[in-house]
Amino acid sequence: MTKKITLSKLNDLLKDMEVEALEGVTIEGDIELEMDAIGGLNPQLAYLLGQETAQIAGHLINISQLLGYPVDQLLGKPLIDDSKRVAQPKELIPSTFKVNKMEEWTNEIQEVTLGASSSDGGTRKSIITLGGENALPYYFDSPMPHRNHITMDVFDMPIGMAKAVKSNYEDVMDSPAEWAKKNVKEFGADMVTIHLISTDPNIKDTSAKEAAETVADVLQAVDVPIVIGGSGNPEKDPEVLEKAAEIAQGERVLLASASLNLDYERIAAAAKQYGHVVLSWTQLEINAQKELNRKLMKQCNVNREDIIMDPTTAALGYGLDYAYTNMERIRLAGLIGDDELNFPMSSGTTNAWGARESWMINSPLKEDSDWGPREYRGPIWEIITGLTLALAGNDLFMMMHPASVAVLKEITKSLHGSHARNPVDISNWITTKVL
Amino acid sequence: MKINSPLEVYQYLPQTNCKECGEPTCMAFASHLIDRSIKLEDCKPILEDAYKEKYQELNELMAPEIAEVTIGVGEHVVTVGGDDVMYRHQLTFFNPPAFALDVWDTMSQSDLIERVTYIRDFKKFYVGRFLTLDMIAIRSVSGDPDTFKQAVTLVMEHTQLPLVLCSLDPAVLQAGLEVAAEKKPLLYAATKDNWQGVYDLAIEYNVPVVLFAPDDLDTLKSLAVTFLENGYKDLILDPGTNPQGRSLRDSFENFLMIRRAGIKEGQNDVAFPLMAVPMTAYMTNDDPVSASYWETVLCGVFTVRYGDIMILHSIEPYALLPEMHIRDTVYTDPRTPVKVDSRVYKVGSPDKDSPVFVTTNFALTFYTVESDLASNEINCHLLAVDTDGLGVEAAVAGGQLNGKNIADDFKKGNFDFSNKTNHNTVIIPGLAARLQGDLEDNSGLNVMVGPPDSGRIPGWMEKNWPVEG
Repeated sequence: MTKKITLSKLNDLLKDMEVEALEGVTIEGDIELEMDAIGGLNPQLAYLLGQETAQIAGHLINISQLLGYPVDQLLGKPLIDDSKRVAQPKELIPSTFKVNKMEEWTNEIQEVTLGASSSDGGTRKSIITLGGENALPYYFDSPMPHRNHITMDVFDMPIGMAKAVKSNYEDVMDSPAEWAKKNVKEFGADMVTIHLISTDPNIKDTSAKEAAETVADVLQAVDVPIVIGGSGNPEKDPEVLEKAAEIAQGERVLLASASLNLDYERIAAAAKQYGHVVLSWTQLEINAQKELNRKLMKQCNVNREDIIMDPTTAALGYGLDYAYTNMERIRLAGLIGDDELNFPMSSGTTNAWGARESWMINSPLKEDSDWGPREYRGPIWEIITGLTLALAGNDLFMMMHPASVAVLKEITKSLHGSHARNPVDISNWITTKVL
Repeated sequence: MKINSPLEVYQYLPQTNCKECGEPTCMAFASHLIDRSIKLEDCKPILEDAYKEKYQELNELMAPEIAEVTIGVGEHVVTVGGDDVMYRHQLTFFNPPAFALDVWDTMSQSDLIERVTYIRDFKKFYVGRFLTLDMIAIRSVSGDPDTFKQAVTLVMEHTQLPLVLCSLDPAVLQAGLEVAAEKKPLLYAATKDNWQGVYDLAIEYNVPVVLFAPDDLDTLKSLAVTFLENGYKDLILDPGTNPQGRSLRDSFENFLMIRRAGIKEGQNDVAFPLMAVPMTAYMTNDDPVSASYWETVLCGVFTVRYGDIMILHSIEPYALLPEMHIRDTVYTDPRTPVKVDSRVYKVGSPDKDSPVFVTTNFALTFYTVESDLASNEINCHLLAVDTDGLGVEAAVAGGQLNGKNIADDFKKGNFDFSNKTNHNTVIIPGLAARLQGDLEDNSGLNVMVGPPDSGRIPGWMEKNWPVEG
């Protein structure tokens, strides 16, 4: 029910009702107002003016306030009681909620298996499968066949790292094998990554042969699947990864990485020859990722089930918005049919420790509020960086801090639906007593 | 919005190309309306009587798929909702989730004042501005209307931040409204059991209201339909935030389903902002660090997936910092250029003895370095090299930052070292150490290598500045 009335008429009406206080308000022009039945109705004023004019009154109070008139003072203390209220709805209108599944997501993400057991020519006791999704992670459109997995970092030499991280590894830093063991046994790592950083000619220039022995030690020490990472030196990495692939023959490791700025053909060839999976690494560019994947498949004849992508991880606050959206776009493209992008993804979540918020004692800015204890700030920085990418579609996380690993595992398993905990009655969370 | 091409929008505009809005043509204005980078009200002529109908029609057609709800008044007013897309790369998300930190009515006066003040003043500098908190949620734990009213009064004496009044008892909510109504607080919550009383209050005081139906989307929709049919549309929906296990996954699915129904399927009955309550983490974790961590995790989940307003408990910086940053991550406009102008900036009031630093024109890098220098009162010149918006490490690796372009950008900025300095020295970032020789060759300057993180410049200065000789 809608009535139309002009503002000047309203003013007259008001006079008739002997609400003297609005007299003297001058209104220029004839502004037409739409008045609907309920919106803005104030039962308090309705009571004062009588039910018949309630609809007008509701708007009058708003108009009066707009004009700067102290309506509240006019009204004073609330005068209504329940019996004086205007008619109110008595029953909830029954409804059923429904929503459709995504019809566009027709293309499955490639399943990729890491690690090989003795029956498949390796020595791993646990095997991990990634991919196989037909929807964004944890969506109801389609079950997610495999949960997220975490591989924890091991370095082939002691390196500088944030204090909160370092304190966990001080006893094993000189032995990659012991370090790997600790990751699996104490910290629950699904996999370990051995980073052969000492091979960089600018660091120690460790030979490829020597580095391969370190890989053999790690394979001996743990029975989970492993990732082998180079030093990031584009000239040296192909040789280092070739030797490492050879010594790990048959174990189905993840070779990290093939990229457009090194001789990816050699990495791909080593993976094929010795039965491994290639990590296809690009830098925050969906088209570059497509190009590299295409080259690996068409030019190097790598099989689809032997490719995982690393589209690059930037830390929370330091470009995570790009990393997140890049991954989400890649995953969505894969799901709707792009066969050059529908591979499982891996994240160097450890990059979160590059954010100053994760390791600095205090803010360098005097204007900032106190940053609090850094030993708690660092791990949560790594968790939130990983979690955000998990939601975008990332499957495998390369991580560093044991607490981060534990929490990220718990939240991803919870969202995956594979983490049973007793339900909590949240209907009256308001009265929760907390310190 | 129900309209998606500038041409369609153009039909409704005055088409006079009057330029009053600052755009050269009405068509240009139309394209900005489509990407929501300008407001319809910036077109002054269309607000005139002659165009009234077109204005109203266009306004309706352009309304975002998810309703916008406004809480509070004055400069701290908070708007939530207003999204048009499911993924940020499709346009951008609007109105970052409002973070409401809780207080409760059984706190002592001094504790409450201290907590409110802390929440009100908490800030963190980031890319040229401060990240802050938005609201205070006042929980009725006592169940007593007068106790609640006193707490609300006390909170209002210490902050202008908008309020969420939390109780399932309409009498308690009314007590809060009696003192806070003019500040337009948010009512939490109407449920299947108390909705009539809360509906009366929402109508009587004209304030927005949260509808709460944990784990029951049919009831949630029933509540929404009932309020809508009775003329009330300032609604926020809370489908429940279960803190753990399989039921957490159910809550996550509920957020996805409601948002998909609203944006993709145009189901107006549920196209409202969503509230998440990460503080339910405190119902299952006794240890305060675990609880705070888990709350931050829940905040992260629902910031990425469709929460528009949240109630949070932890005020530990290790909760607030990542929460504010993940919110910024998801809601920052992907269309905005992330570069600053490439030129030589003055920090403070540099003279000829002041150092000259180099960084890149990536906004995040630049503002970090600039604020580190300014905050530590280091008067200096700072060159933002045009690296096409890359940070130092990436630009060195990719070749966008090299000796030649640093030297060139000083020249382009008319920065003559023999004139502007008496030390002929430039300081490059520690992460660009390998450019030292290249830059010396290209510029003839004395090149020093600074620390890898600009936060350490003050310590570096103590050891290395003024430069010897």
